[in-house]
Amino acid sequence: MASRNRVGRRLLQMIPTLILITVVIFLLVRLLPGDPVSAMLGDRGTPEAIARLRAQMGFDRSIPVQFATYVGRLLHGDLGESITRRVPVSGLLLDRLPVTLMLTGLAGLLAVMLAVPLAFVAAAFRDRPIDIAIRGLFQVGLSAPVFYLGLLLLGFLAARWHIFPVGGLGTNFFDTLYHLFLPALTLALSLSAILMRNLRGAIIGVLRADYIDFARAKGLAPMVVMTRHVLRNALISTVVLFGLNIGTLLSGAVVTETVFAVPGLGALLVDSIFGRDYPVVQGLTLVLAVMVSLVFLITDLVEAWLDPRAAA
Amino acid sequence: MSAAVQGSVAILPRRRRRVPATLVLGAALLLAFLAAALAQYVWAAADPLAFDYDQLLAPPSWAHPFGTDNFGRDMFARTLAAAAVDLQIALFTTLFPIVFGSIVGALVGYHGGIADSIFGRIVDVVITFPFLVLVIAIVSVLGPGLLNMYIAVSAVGWVFYARIIRAEVAVLRRSDFAAAGRVMGFSNTRIIFRHLIPNAATPIIIYWMTDMALGILLGSSLGYLGLGAQPPTAEWGVLVADGKNYMDTAWWISVFPGLAIVLCGTGFSLLGDGVAEMLTVRR
Repeated sequence: MASRNRVGRRLLQMIPTLILITVVIFLLVRLLPGDPVSAMLGDRGTPEAIARLRAQMGFDRSIPVQFATYVGRLLHGDLGESITRRVPVSGLLLDRLPVTLMLTGLAGLLAVMLAVPLAFVAAAFRDRPIDIAIRGLFQVGLSAPVFYLGLLLLGFLAARWHIFPVGGLGTNFFDTLYHLFLPALTLALSLSAILMRNLRGAIIGVLRADYIDFARAKGLAPMVVMTRHVLRNALISTVVLFGLNIGTLLSGAVVTETVFAVPGLGALLVDSIFGRDYPVVQGLTLVLAVMVSLVFLITDLVEAWLDPRAAA
Repeated sequence: MSAAVQGSVAILPRRRRRVPATLVLGAALLLAFLAAALAQYVWAAADPLAFDYDQLLAPPSWAHPFGTDNFGRDMFARTLAAAAVDLQIALFTTLFPIVFGSIVGALVGYHGGIADSIFGRIVDVVITFPFLVLVIAIVSVLGPGLLNMYIAVSAVGWVFYARIIRAEVAVLRRSDFAAAGRVMGFSNTRIIFRHLIPNAATPIIIYWMTDMALGILLGSSLGYLGLGAQPPTAEWGVLVADGKNYMDTAWWISVFPGLAIVLCGTGFSLLGDGVAEMLTVRR
């Protein structure tokens, strides 16, 4: 019951944020210098095309009417039409979405598989050489830009040594996984550096807690203390950290997809910017922001479920 | 009485303030990059735009330690010269956010009320956009280039500083020294700027160091994508992008500028860790 209230309350809290996001994205295109429609169309700006797009985007009407029209269309799932591709933006996004979800999902999984065990080792051997080595490695990882990591993996593992494919998506599920492995690893390396840094601190914090002393004092085996008490609590931190960094993951996906030519949302964003395809840029920014706020919501609920103290 | 108090202060063992190793290492790295940035002005061999058509795509050698690119430009000179651009990026992506963010954060933290609620919503919105996506979207509207990138990052980045200082000031305004200021009839402006902000500065300075590293990551990412610094400007991200099609034949074009990003970012992080260690020892 209480948790149902919580879901409802959090959904309500999302509404003002979603409205503001819509306003920001609506205003963005109106900031284009000069006449937005001519700016968008550029060389393609024949008088007919300008008139058509102006009517389609409602630029001939007042700003409040334009906004109302924009929101009205959004509520019907209409994100406008791509200028360069002449297809509905919503369809374009739906085509690309699964690829990005698969890439980020795989990256998230790899990042957790990398970060959690190493954070445990680092925390357990705090300030010993192995801890310092792990922290040093991840410190460097934090400073390595995603495009550079990606290019190194692509250049050496794919282009030079042919261990992985250079691009493309593959033909079936497992082939796709194989094709997405390097991009996902790129993202995972940079995400796991953030996760590991914070997780190590969280684990050290848990190790200092009274209930850990108590668990040890009542004679539980160290392994049991580690798995049942420390791991469980560290898991909560992982979930929260993961949720908080979803924006970083998606930002990284934009760059990674461009480096590896993965046909996902991120590559579409960069393509659309160079093509001055603003309806697509608008739609993509909106969809990515909504994805992040949904992940924030899910994170919040999972945290409440894992840790009743946070639910208060 | 006063002598006794003075005496007791004098015999307190003074905590020896050791300079953390991370701070020394970080500062040394950054000074090296600063020297690299200046090299092009004092050393003719370090001209980043000089062409040598006899040495196209030459591998690293004594004459060209980082090799040459497809135009025969010396990658060592270009990597050094790019340090000037990327250090400038670190500074200019953070300068406006730290100033504006501190002022806004302190004001809403001190006064609370409607302004604070509005600020809360702004934070919600900004953290909901993936940062790079929002910056890219703004740059797409303004057009590619360094100046527009600074505008885009500043338009978003101040929120993070404001959020930190808001939290600090919201606590500090209830402190005794703030109350004492009010009792003495100081204006709110004086209390905020002379008393609260200096006391809230530590976390801001620490975040600033990390943020400069993030600024370089962001700036070089935009450079790589073609939305930041524009060729022929030597910028690390642009240089890595220059070599992306030569990874299997001339790996050195991309590898060395990328290493510079990693090292420079590590320098800022180490400096940040060191400053954090030094400034929080007192607490």
